[in-house]
Amino acid sequence: MKLKKKIPLIDQHNKYGFWGGKFGGSYIPETLKKPVDDLTKEFQRLRKNKSFLIKRDYYFKNYVGAPTRFLKLDKLSKHLGGAQIWAKVVSDANGGAHKIYNATVHALICKTMGKKYIVGDTGAGYAGKMLSMAAKKFGLKCKIFMGAKDIKRQKPNCDAMKKNGAEIIPVTTGSQTLVDAVSECMRYWVSNCDTTHMCVGSTVGPNIFVKICGWSTAQISRELKVQLLSEFKKIPKKIKLINCVGGGSSAYGFWSEFIDFPKNQIELIGVEAGGPKNSKLHAAPLSRGAKLGILHGAASYVCQNNEGQINETESISAGLDYPGVSPIHCFLKDVKRAKYTFATDEDALNAYKLVTEYEMLKPSLEPCHAFAEAIRIAPKLTKDNIIIVNSCGDAKKDRDILKQRLAKK
Amino acid sequence: MSSPISLAFKKANINNRPALLTYTVAGDNNKKKSLEILKAISNYVDICEIGFPHNTPIADGGQIQTSAYRAIKNGIKISDVFDIVKKYKKDKNAKPVILMGYYNMIFQYNESKFLKKCREVGVDGLIVVDLPWPENKKFASKCKKNLINFIQLLSPTTSSVRLKKIIKDSHDMIYYISMLSTTGGKLKVSPKQILLNYKKIKKINPRKKCVIGFGITEKNISKLKSSDGLVVGSQISKEISRSLNNRQNPVTNVSRLVKKLKNKIL
Repeated sequence: MKLKKKIPLIDQHNKYGFWGGKFGGSYIPETLKKPVDDLTKEFQRLRKNKSFLIKRDYYFKNYVGAPTRFLKLDKLSKHLGGAQIWAKVVSDANGGAHKIYNATVHALICKTMGKKYIVGDTGAGYAGKMLSMAAKKFGLKCKIFMGAKDIKRQKPNCDAMKKNGAEIIPVTTGSQTLVDAVSECMRYWVSNCDTTHMCVGSTVGPNIFVKICGWSTAQISRELKVQLLSEFKKIPKKIKLINCVGGGSSAYGFWSEFIDFPKNQIELIGVEAGGPKNSKLHAAPLSRGAKLGILHGAASYVCQNNEGQINETESISAGLDYPGVSPIHCFLKDVKRAKYTFATDEDALNAYKLVTEYEMLKPSLEPCHAFAEAIRIAPKLTKDNIIIVNSCGDAKKDRDILKQRLAKK
Repeated sequence: MSSPISLAFKKANINNRPALLTYTVAGDNNKKKSLEILKAISNYVDICEIGFPHNTPIADGGQIQTSAYRAIKNGIKISDVFDIVKKYKKDKNAKPVILMGYYNMIFQYNESKFLKKCREVGVDGLIVVDLPWPENKKFASKCKKNLINFIQLLSPTTSSVRLKKIIKDSHDMIYYISMLSTTGGKLKVSPKQILLNYKKIKKINPRKKCVIGFGITEKNISKLKSSDGLVVGSQISKEISRSLNNRQNPVTNVSRLVKKLKNKIL
């Protein structure tokens, strides 16, 4: 198993769609073979099509709002007294999170393919909110599948989806979170794939969805590369790129341009959801040694029991509350290009408190997991170390949880 | 030598009717009842499909999901599923058994170990919902070596080029999915259209036995009886749920339903 240089990671799979020969693939029912093949061909064509690229760049710039800010967190760095901490404020993007890139691209593809309906899954509600925005923008009818538990805990995003005219389908099976929402969305697609386009909300699912999502979020690191050069004149010697990992779409987007750099120059650190401090449940398949399994059409490390039943997960952050993870991250882990760790619910809350105390930044609970790791390691590092955290979501959606959890103390 | 699955089709064919296949989730509603149901319906069915309950079934509709969750909640393990098959196959009236499931269960169990166990307990065929062609080629040939029929699925979205290739690689039996749907959806395509597609498949290779499944109930089964075989699943799951809700014995109710289904295709 080896990384190739100068080829985007999303394209480093074999003919069956496997990265490193074993992660990813397309474990799909026969009915979905054709729509998945059609989508694969269409995406191959579009990504080489100049007018499509111009369209994408136009909407990224004028609709999503590129570039998002790259700024130094001076006060936080000083307080911690070690490495410099910087943030790539991806939550500046229209809608408040990185999910808008994938949603915009899917809506554009859906339109090009002549389909009028688009469906998607959502955990934290950001993927759903952004898809509903993009659907509205491009005149598509939109259905969002969301776990009943998540509908309750991420109300602000649900309100936004409804306002954009999307229909939210509550999913009441299983653990009533993202895992069940994705299953139900796939089932809906099986039944309606002739008229409907499906958007998978992260770099998970059958191979083609991993690719489209990664291709879309890669915008983040393209911007960051330019910003690093303009800030430091050249790419600095000691960088750590820290990103939370649920499905892994923002992390891939944040890292994609930097994967070819030597590991000792640019270190990639993914932070998964460790769940409540004293709970056995978590959503950290990479850092807590989950076994390889098949979930939602792809092989990846999956939280499961030894019979292959998918385990329930638990995290304060709905966006990370998923038992699987992108095959791309499994590959990066096994070739040792990226390092994965986890932060607990409490770590994330503490990080939120500290970041908001020192900076004019309100990261959502997902990137707070990444900030927790930055806060943990920064004091041990010298000043020439540059930690960059992808602040990929805005805390507005976590209003209710934060109010409840931070009021107690 | 003909496989037990082939023989089951031959027998139905002699009687000038399609084979009747049932799908039940192993361990629904518990291990004992599940086995009793299989034994009871064996008076009417030709082949039993038995499903592994899985908690993220991406191709199953509500009825079968309910059955699967019920079985898992009652503690059904993979070993119990094999145990049910083993006991069932000892019954003098036992019919060929096709196990059906999602690939992760086989993957976790280990492919070779899984097939060995299948042979040991008397499994005749396998359907793996999320292992499509050509990805399933290797596993399918492993099945063949173990004298187990790997059953390829075809759907209305399968292109003609693909149809030919899949049928060429298929074993004794193929499974045509009647419509774009998860299991148990309302039949949204006319039986006439389904049979038209069915005939297209048969024309490619008339010797392969082709069954039709998804959305088939006692209401529409007779209209499809010119096929080689018909699968009923969700209606049975629904009957088990209904029986439990009404505190009735699912064994007698399911048995009565399957008898009715059989009478409709005679």
